[in-house]
Amino acid sequence: MRWRFRADPDAASFERVVLPHLDSAHNVARWLVRDASLAEDVVQDAMLRALSYYAGFRGGDARPWLLQIVRNVAYNVLAKRAQRAETSLDDDPSADAPDPADDPEAALGKLQDLRQLDRALAALPAELRECIVLKELEELSYKEIAQVTGVPIGTVMSRLWRARQVLMRQSQGCEA
Amino acid sequence: MNEDCDEIRLLIQADLDGELRPAEAARIAAHLEHCPRCAETQDQLAILSERVRRETSSYPISEDFRAALPKPVARRRPVWLGASFGAGFAVAASLALLLVPQRGAQWPDEIVASHIRALQPGHLMDVISTDQHTVKPWFDGRLPFAPPVKDLVAIGFPLVGGRLDYLEGRPAAALVYRRGQHVIDLYAFAGTDTPGPLSGSGSRDGYNFIRWEQDGMSLWAVSDLNAEEMADFVREWRRA
Repeated sequence: MRWRFRADPDAASFERVVLPHLDSAHNVARWLVRDASLAEDVVQDAMLRALSYYAGFRGGDARPWLLQIVRNVAYNVLAKRAQRAETSLDDDPSADAPDPADDPEAALGKLQDLRQLDRALAALPAELRECIVLKELEELSYKEIAQVTGVPIGTVMSRLWRARQVLMRQSQGCEA
Repeated sequence: MNEDCDEIRLLIQADLDGELRPAEAARIAAHLEHCPRCAETQDQLAILSERVRRETSSYPISEDFRAALPKPVARRRPVWLGASFGAGFAVAASLALLLVPQRGAQWPDEIVASHIRALQPGHLMDVISTDQHTVKPWFDGRLPFAPPVKDLVAIGFPLVGGRLDYLEGRPAAALVYRRGQHVIDLYAFAGTDTPGPLSGSGSRDGYNFIRWEQDGMSLWAVSDLNAEEMADFVREWRRA
């Protein structure tokens, strides 16, 4: 038997259907892995996989389909890094280290306020954070979020609720 | 707040998220009119939602990175599939010549460059395992073909892992072997329609490569290993 491609992915169609969602892919990857260069690795790997899975794409909106791939790659990368960290006793450096993009002058009250929700969102557990990112930043529907994260819609709803409670507590805590 | 409120708060959220049908939304509105706690919850959720959208960072892709991403490349179909072999082949071949002249000549450069990239820290392997029974299933679903995963540890070429790679618009399985301190990348592409001759060997920048065709796949081995041991590796791999 000879190996062969199941289908010849149509390069022009891929460019038209999938590439417009690169910004979304990168945004979600960046929020999931919380590291700029790791996020680019994730997007690169995800695009490569998207290309090889594209023959199986059933049409419709490609964005949730692509984000699902991005999410899977991101979680693989995080799991691999966690494995390495276990042996090197290295903590997740991006979890509490200040974002390198942070300006030291950002100690100014107003700037701090603006960054506070950003930090609170970054500090959420991944399964809550992804729901907020997909809902508020990517404006996906519950159904699409369920598709991307692989959980029932009811779980999406309760995760969004929990995530928002935490964010609310944190932002109120600072205003006081 | 009454008993209803615990249930209704998820609906208040769903309403703000634009997920409710008009009838359900009307029910929520009615509840809010006589439940100040829930009305406050709604206000807080709305404010939070607005703040999250406005105050959190968005990370569009950088233009440099976008330009560096692998591009899908239209390629001619595998010519050995159809019944109209002769005519199809002639047309495909002439089109390929018109569209991508000299592409075959660049392949050794691409393969060697990919190998060198992979040697950078953190890039060598997606799946790390000396067990072919771990490596093989890892590729399932990641590639539209099943790459041949063989371990040659018995003759001094242990398999240490694998990764997905992407060359000239084509997905490839890269199997990673070791010989002492040397790393050997074995690239497998589905189909034998990669440009250039189907077999041969050569070197670029101190890296040796050998290409051959087997079981309908194009295979490339590349390493800084000396040519003699490379030939041993390929001979044993083909035999395994």
